[in-house]
Amino acid sequence: MNKRKLLSLPYLIWMIGFTVIPLLMILWYGFQGKNGGFTLEHILAIGRPEHLGPLLVSLLLSVICTVVCLLIAYPLALILRKAGLKRSSFVIFIFILPMWMNFLLRTYAWLNLLDDGGLVYVFLQKLGYKGNIVGTYGAILLGMVYNYLPFMVLPLYNAMTKIDDNTLNAARDLGANERQVNFRVIMPLTFPGIVSGVTMVFVPSLTTFVVSDLLGGRKIFLIGNIIEQEFSTASNWNLGAGLSFVLMIFILLSMAVLNHYDTLGEEDDG
Amino acid sequence: MNDHVIIQLEHITKRFAADHNILDDLCLDIHENEFITLLGPSGCGKTTTLRIIGGFETPNEGRVLFDGKDITSLPPYKRELNTVFQKYALFPHLNVEENIAFGLKIKGKSRDYIRDKIRYALKLVNMDGLEKRMPDQLSGGQQQRIAIARAIVNEPKVLLLDEPLGALDLKLRQDMQYELIRLKNELGITFVYVTHDQEEALTMSDTVVVMNQGYIQQMGTPEMIYNEPENAFVADFVGDSNIMDGLFIHDELVEIFGAKFPCVDKGFGVNKPVDVVIRPEDIDLLKPGEGSIDGVVTHIIFKGVHYEMEVTTPNGYEWLVHSTDMFPVGTKVSIHVDPFDIQIMNKPQSEDEEALGVDE
Ligand SMILES: Nc1ncnc2c1ncn2[C@@H]1O[C@H](COP(=O)(O)OP(=O)(O)OP(=O)(O)O)[C@@H](O)[C@H]1O
Ligand SMILES: [Mg+2]
Repeated sequence: MNKRKLLSLPYLIWMIGFTVIPLLMILWYGFQGKNGGFTLEHILAIGRPEHLGPLLVSLLLSVICTVVCLLIAYPLALILRKAGLKRSSFVIFIFILPMWMNFLLRTYAWLNLLDDGGLVYVFLQKLGYKGNIVGTYGAILLGMVYNYLPFMVLPLYNAMTKIDDNTLNAARDLGANERQVNFRVIMPLTFPGIVSGVTMVFVPSLTTFVVSDLLGGRKIFLIGNIIEQEFSTASNWNLGAGLSFVLMIFILLSMAVLNHYDTLGEEDDG
Repeated sequence: MNDHVIIQLEHITKRFAADHNILDDLCLDIHENEFITLLGPSGCGKTTTLRIIGGFETPNEGRVLFDGKDITSLPPYKRELNTVFQKYALFPHLNVEENIAFGLKIKGKSRDYIRDKIRYALKLVNMDGLEKRMPDQLSGGQQQRIAIARAIVNEPKVLLLDEPLGALDLKLRQDMQYELIRLKNELGITFVYVTHDQEEALTMSDTVVVMNQGYIQQMGTPEMIYNEPENAFVADFVGDSNIMDGLFIHDELVEIFGAKFPCVDKGFGVNKPVDVVIRPEDIDLLKPGEGSIDGVVTHIIFKGVHYEMEVTTPNGYEWLVHSTDMFPVGTKVSIHVDPFDIQIMNKPQSEDEEALGVDE
């Protein structure tokens, strides 16, 4: 065996052990019938109302979360690009800081703030808002955006800082105003960053169960919660694996769509 | 080149920090159809000047006029000129064709018009057939041509070029120099060209503007700049030269290292210290005693067309001499210079004057 192959061996073992085998196991359980035979029952179970509802809510929430993150992060990255490296790396640092705290702790902190008697709760009551915050879609969305925003900021900022000033000046020189510079040069050049940001926000928010567990107030269940329950309390691994498989297909499909737009972005005519 | 002034820089001052002017009271007239070159060492403010003309930088003081209209605060996209950037700055996400079409699409030109223009521009820069290539699949020289094509399809009245050949190897650079001259003649537009390569400046330009530390040192035709440098900086920067301390005895006679040299200059006073410039190709080597000052050949290298030699005189100064005749190291020779090949210049009185040079 040559050196190159030897070096890649640990990664190969890692990949097989932690990606390929688990995937095969999901397939195995997902398509396994009662007597060990092949069945589509667990896959088709997604069509049942108690699964389809949470799936649709999850999809909707994760799409909204992704869009909100994009709307916050893109202008931020644009501004930071102009601000220069020194100042912007400090701002980035501030945005990343919450990631140093444990995900679960951060979400518990939000539960504290939003729950009856919490700071945000009291404040909103004073403003005249009646009713609970915890247990609303808004609370879950807030938790998602808060937790996943850094994953949108980082790749966008990276893509943005890679753009050479003179590339933008060239566009201005050729008659583009700031809006055109933005849509015809910056946007297409940061598209790979947008794609990775969207991926890194959309996928975890589609599959999350921690955020909805804590901030959903036992009233809102996302597809992540359903799958988690099948694996834990219900001990129905077959159904859990089947639903996971469907979710994976959804993610793969959305990635395919994104990549399709990525190549479209190269044929500029907007 | 004609008499119509298309761009006028009026008393331009630019500084990035409060205490240091990058450009200081710079005045410059650029004529229609002129090939004008800003020449100077790295950091002297060439790019900054070009960026002010292009609109990417606003001067702290002074005005920029285009066709007589004040455009000092007009954004770049409203200016009737185009730039070829120092590092080409092609759009990495667009192929050759789309790069060239960028400006035309913004202006809303028709599909047919754009197609014809692309074909015409690619032919002009000898790049037809590469329409679909991405910039990162092109060599430096090819990217350069595309950057030029992308600029000229917009039919600018003035093309700004910032060291466009800086990244190319010598042979390609020379080829491109000829192509740029041809291009300029075919297009009949004004070129404002920036380089720190004096040979390039002399080869290509109608007018050379020698800059140093934000000041214009001298401005004129390549012949004027080369043959009649106005100060030691220009003489030193443009071409090889011997710059020596001299004593202006009286009109038409100068003393260098104790030897008397007849010259043609007048009016520098009597027994006044001056700078003397002699180009290495203007020195004739004669038999010992026949010239103005004797010396020994201490170094020789073959340069292709000529030999480059160093002749050391008794005071220790090494004269740079270019000659087609060969004199082996150790040969005793005598230096002769025709009077009109000796250039006399006043010594600068202060450092400020040294940088300021002489205005037109
Ligand atoms: N944005 C800026 N901020 C601060 N200083 C700057 C800026 N742009 C240029 N300078 C300074 O202005 C001076 C002139 O720069 P400029 O780019 O005009 O030089 P140049 O003559 O084009 O040099 P080169 O031949 O190396 O390209 C330099 O000392 C440079 O450091
Ligand atoms: Mg420069």
